[in-house]
Amino acid sequence: MNRNRLQHQVACMRKSLFDQGYLDEPFIQLEELQDDANPNFVQEIVTLFYTDSARLIQNIEHALNSRPIDFNKLDDYMHQFKGSSSSIGAKKVTNECTVFREYCSAENAEGCIRSFQQVKQEYAILRRKLEVYLQMVGQAAVSQTA
Amino acid sequence: MGLKLKQSYRHSVTVRVNEQMGTKRGYTFIQANRAWLPKFLLLWVMVMAFLSAWIYKNMDDDNKVRRKEVLSSMCDQRARMLQDQFGVSVNHVHALAILVSTFHYYKDPSAIDQETFAEYTARTAFERPLLSGVAYAERVRLSEREKFERQHGWTIKTMKREPSPIRDEYAPVIFSQETVSYIESLDMMSGEEDRENILRARATGKAVLTSPFRLLGSHHLGVVLTFPVYKSKLPPKPTMEERIEATAGFLGGAFDVESLVENLLGQLAGNQAILVNVYDITNSSDHLIMYGHQNQDGDLALFHESKLDFGDPFRKHQMICRYHQEAPTSWTALTTAFLFFVICLLVGYILYGAAIHIVKVEDDFHEMQELMVRAEAADVAKSQFLATVSHEIRTPMNGILGMLALLLDTDLSSTQRDYAQTAQVCGKALITLINEVLDRAKIEAGKLELETVPFNLRSILDDVLSLFSEKSRNKGLELAVFVSDKVPEMVMGDPGRFRQIITNLVGNSVKFTERGHIFVKVHVAENPKPIDDAKAETCLNGGSDEGALISGGRQFNTLSGYEAADEQNSWDSFQHLFNAEALQNDASGKMTVADEASQSVTLMVSVEDTGIGIPLIAQERVFTPFMQADSSTSRNYGGTGIGLSITKCLVELMGGHISFISRPQVGSTFLFITTFGRCKKASLSDTKKSNAEDLPSSFRGLKAIVVDGKPVRAVVTRYHLKRLGMLVEVANNVKIAASACGKNSSSCGSKIQPDIVLVEKDSWLSGEDDSSSLQRLDWKQNGHMFKLPKMILLATNITNAELEKAKAAGFADTTIMKPLRASMIAACLQQVLGTGKKRQLGKGMLNGSSVLGSLLCGKKILVVDDNIVNRRVAAGALKKFGAAVECAESGKAALKLLRLPHSFDACFMDIQMPEMDGFEATRRIRMMESQTNEQMNGGTDKGSGRKDEWHLPILAMTADVIHATSDECLKCGMDGYVSKPFEEENLYQAVAKFFETKPISDS
Repeated sequence: MNRNRLQHQVACMRKSLFDQGYLDEPFIQLEELQDDANPNFVQEIVTLFYTDSARLIQNIEHALNSRPIDFNKLDDYMHQFKGSSSSIGAKKVTNECTVFREYCSAENAEGCIRSFQQVKQEYAILRRKLEVYLQMVGQAAVSQTA
Repeated sequence: MGLKLKQSYRHSVTVRVNEQMGTKRGYTFIQANRAWLPKFLLLWVMVMAFLSAWIYKNMDDDNKVRRKEVLSSMCDQRARMLQDQFGVSVNHVHALAILVSTFHYYKDPSAIDQETFAEYTARTAFERPLLSGVAYAERVRLSEREKFERQHGWTIKTMKREPSPIRDEYAPVIFSQETVSYIESLDMMSGEEDRENILRARATGKAVLTSPFRLLGSHHLGVVLTFPVYKSKLPPKPTMEERIEATAGFLGGAFDVESLVENLLGQLAGNQAILVNVYDITNSSDHLIMYGHQNQDGDLALFHESKLDFGDPFRKHQMICRYHQEAPTSWTALTTAFLFFVICLLVGYILYGAAIHIVKVEDDFHEMQELMVRAEAADVAKSQFLATVSHEIRTPMNGILGMLALLLDTDLSSTQRDYAQTAQVCGKALITLINEVLDRAKIEAGKLELETVPFNLRSILDDVLSLFSEKSRNKGLELAVFVSDKVPEMVMGDPGRFRQIITNLVGNSVKFTERGHIFVKVHVAENPKPIDDAKAETCLNGGSDEGALISGGRQFNTLSGYEAADEQNSWDSFQHLFNAEALQNDASGKMTVADEASQSVTLMVSVEDTGIGIPLIAQERVFTPFMQADSSTSRNYGGTGIGLSITKCLVELMGGHISFISRPQVGSTFLFITTFGRCKKASLSDTKKSNAEDLPSSFRGLKAIVVDGKPVRAVVTRYHLKRLGMLVEVANNVKIAASACGKNSSSCGSKIQPDIVLVEKDSWLSGEDDSSSLQRLDWKQNGHMFKLPKMILLATNITNAELEKAKAAGFADTTIMKPLRASMIAACLQQVLGTGKKRQLGKGMLNGSSVLGSLLCGKKILVVDDNIVNRRVAAGALKKFGAAVECAESGKAALKLLRLPHSFDACFMDIQMPEMDGFEATRRIRMMESQTNEQMNGGTDKGSGRKDEWHLPILAMTADVIHATSDECLKCGMDGYVSKPFEEENLYQAVAKFFETKPISDS
């Protein structure tokens, strides 16, 4: 009973993540890649994403604060960040990254800073959501085995 | 194209403004000379006054001339008469003179005495109307005086009745008419005029006249006429002396000119009007008046002179006539001129008034135009304001929604969750509304720019369908889409806006339809071609026969069997189009060539539903923003009513137009026609990867039978199956399908041997008995021959009981749920047929993996990517398929690992990396390989087997797959590319190229 409810909740949440556009297909692929041989693949990748992106965000912030702004460098960082995001299917973050890179290529510092705020915001939201979601997935898995 | 449209829209606006400027500048003549108008009027009036004066003068002159002519003719007439009468009198006096000389002097004794003379003259007085009287004076010389006095018994007296003084000669009157008897015995020589007269008369022998003087007795002005009387006969040409010598006496008569003329004039008409004066002008310096008043009154300006000849060459007379009164004012002329002036004045004023009016109207017009421009500007400003405001609202709203979503993720009590969810729902509704308003405002403000990119129309339609599949399924509606084969796979246009239009229309239809179907059709709108029509005619006939057979009774030939509003657009024409297209595709390759040559394709998209329809009164304001059919609509169905107006705007922006046919309680059909650009072949391949629909090709060539009682629905199913590359037959019912199978089996599969039989649920239920026979047949067939055709059920909705029954009847586990979409059918078929390479959730995946796994199993693969996450994901994915994966985090590291000889079977290379990017790394690897190859070839002719040639398959991993990138990939020596993040199919396709062939050549 409880297990069912939990699973239902997980499913709902997953659906809402997709419906609201936070995630898209690559995430499904990640989930597919997760099997008995590799039971925590998603968790692992997402964690990797957190650490990597935390580093990148720091780099970008640093690059944004330095004067003059090195747009090439920024673009490189953001490219990496975007690559990571799109790999885990973080759709909204990826979109914001695209916006950022557009500003970057236009060398629009203000636009960059503004869109970077958006990137961070989206990233934070996603991170929070994913954390909750993965936690629940974990609980569901535990309850299933139990 | 969109951009162009946009430009043209702007262009039209500027043109309009320019036109306005133009008209402002291009004043009319009147407008340009408005200041001159009063002057024009004045000038006109003056000219007209002048003209009238001229007319008056002309007429007046005419009158004067006529007057003068009248005067002269009257004057001449009078003069002539006077002259004639005078002449007559003179002649008579002459006769008298001859009488006197004959009877007084030639007879002896004299036959005339005073008595006789008096009597004779009295009786012949009528002959001399002008003479007051005549008298005869005898010439008496001084020597004869005494004798004469004695003879007559009286003395000669002077005019003053005194005894005459002694003179040389005397001319006493001896005979006189009674009227002048008072002059008897008076000496005519004593009067100045008479004497002169006498002397002149006897010298000339003719009648002579005195100058006018006051006559004795009457005191009238008169002249005296004197004739000489000669004693003896004169020689034929007598000299003056002879005449004087022969003179015996003088006959004289007094012309009383005054009364004479008076009488004369009295006889003539016009006497009153005319004033006559007669003058003696012998002395040219002193005109003596003979008749008339000296103090001349009357019209002094106009007179006429007529010469009078009274027979005395010595004396000259003339008659002068005048009008009594001044020439009367010519009223006719005056009136005419005045009327002319007045009329011209009025005409001038009318013209002036008209001009003023024109000026005023033009001024008003310009003012209005200005106002209109301002109003339009205000409208645009309003739209811009709306756009801005909506945008500004949207931003915080997104925050609100985001926070609400976050809130929902936290630990909430059920009530709180409920509140939050409600808030979120409301917020979303608000955002939707704002988006719509924003859209509209954007369109109105001219800010909406259309993209022109290639897109796949079919996949967009499928997407839209999937959006509404849940809703339509819940309502039990048939929702289907059909795109004609002639519609190109890729078209140029704005996919987003196209999707929006379709979504709006379908959304509306779903909202307002409770039963029946919603059917989206896309055709190429083409000019009617007579040949096709003829062909189509036959098809149509065949088709409609067939249709009638099936429909039987009240059923309509629509998707669901319910009546549709637009009959024109229903089954018949649909069939017509469908067949015509089929024929065309088969027969005329030329046509397609011609079609493809053109730059654009005009599509006709119709969305047909069997909903509540639109009330007739509301139909005309359907496209007006914020107008719903009626107020109850929003109560029952919600919505703002802005959707359709946006749709209309969008369609028009795309250069098309939208219309609809609707019948209340029957349904509505919205139809829009718009033009898309045709994709050029080159660009098509370019973009194919990115947004072409990626339908699996594994079903190509499969044969299927669709069993459906409703032809339209069958055609839709066929359309989707065809897109998967399948060969499709349509059977009306299960029996026909079964017999087809049976026949096939007996003829050893010479015809279609179906791999799949798709049965519509309705057809299955209606022909349940037959289905068992089908099943039997199938089983038999299975026993004898190759394989069992898979039986799949198509359904809009299905209950569990039905599902069980279907399974029992031999249908596959998977039921294809409507609305149909090619990709979904593909997924279901994969599931049923077990041929899936495509990723599927759950068990489908094993299949897919196994295929890839077989390819990749045991292969050693290097993944090069600087991004750890990507690296990890790629590695994970490849490991999944049994590959042994190693990773390198930069190009340099990869080079190090790939130093020959190495044991890698393939390399996945990220392109954009710091320091050394994927291209560069690949180039270096290739360089290394070629060096080694050369060395080896040079060294040993036959190396160790397949390591003859070093060529490591290198695949690029890239997120943005655009043509240029893929070209560059190949240029620098890569073997292909896979899109990032990995998609199995994509990966498979890329890997299969070189792994599949290898084992064969290997073994």
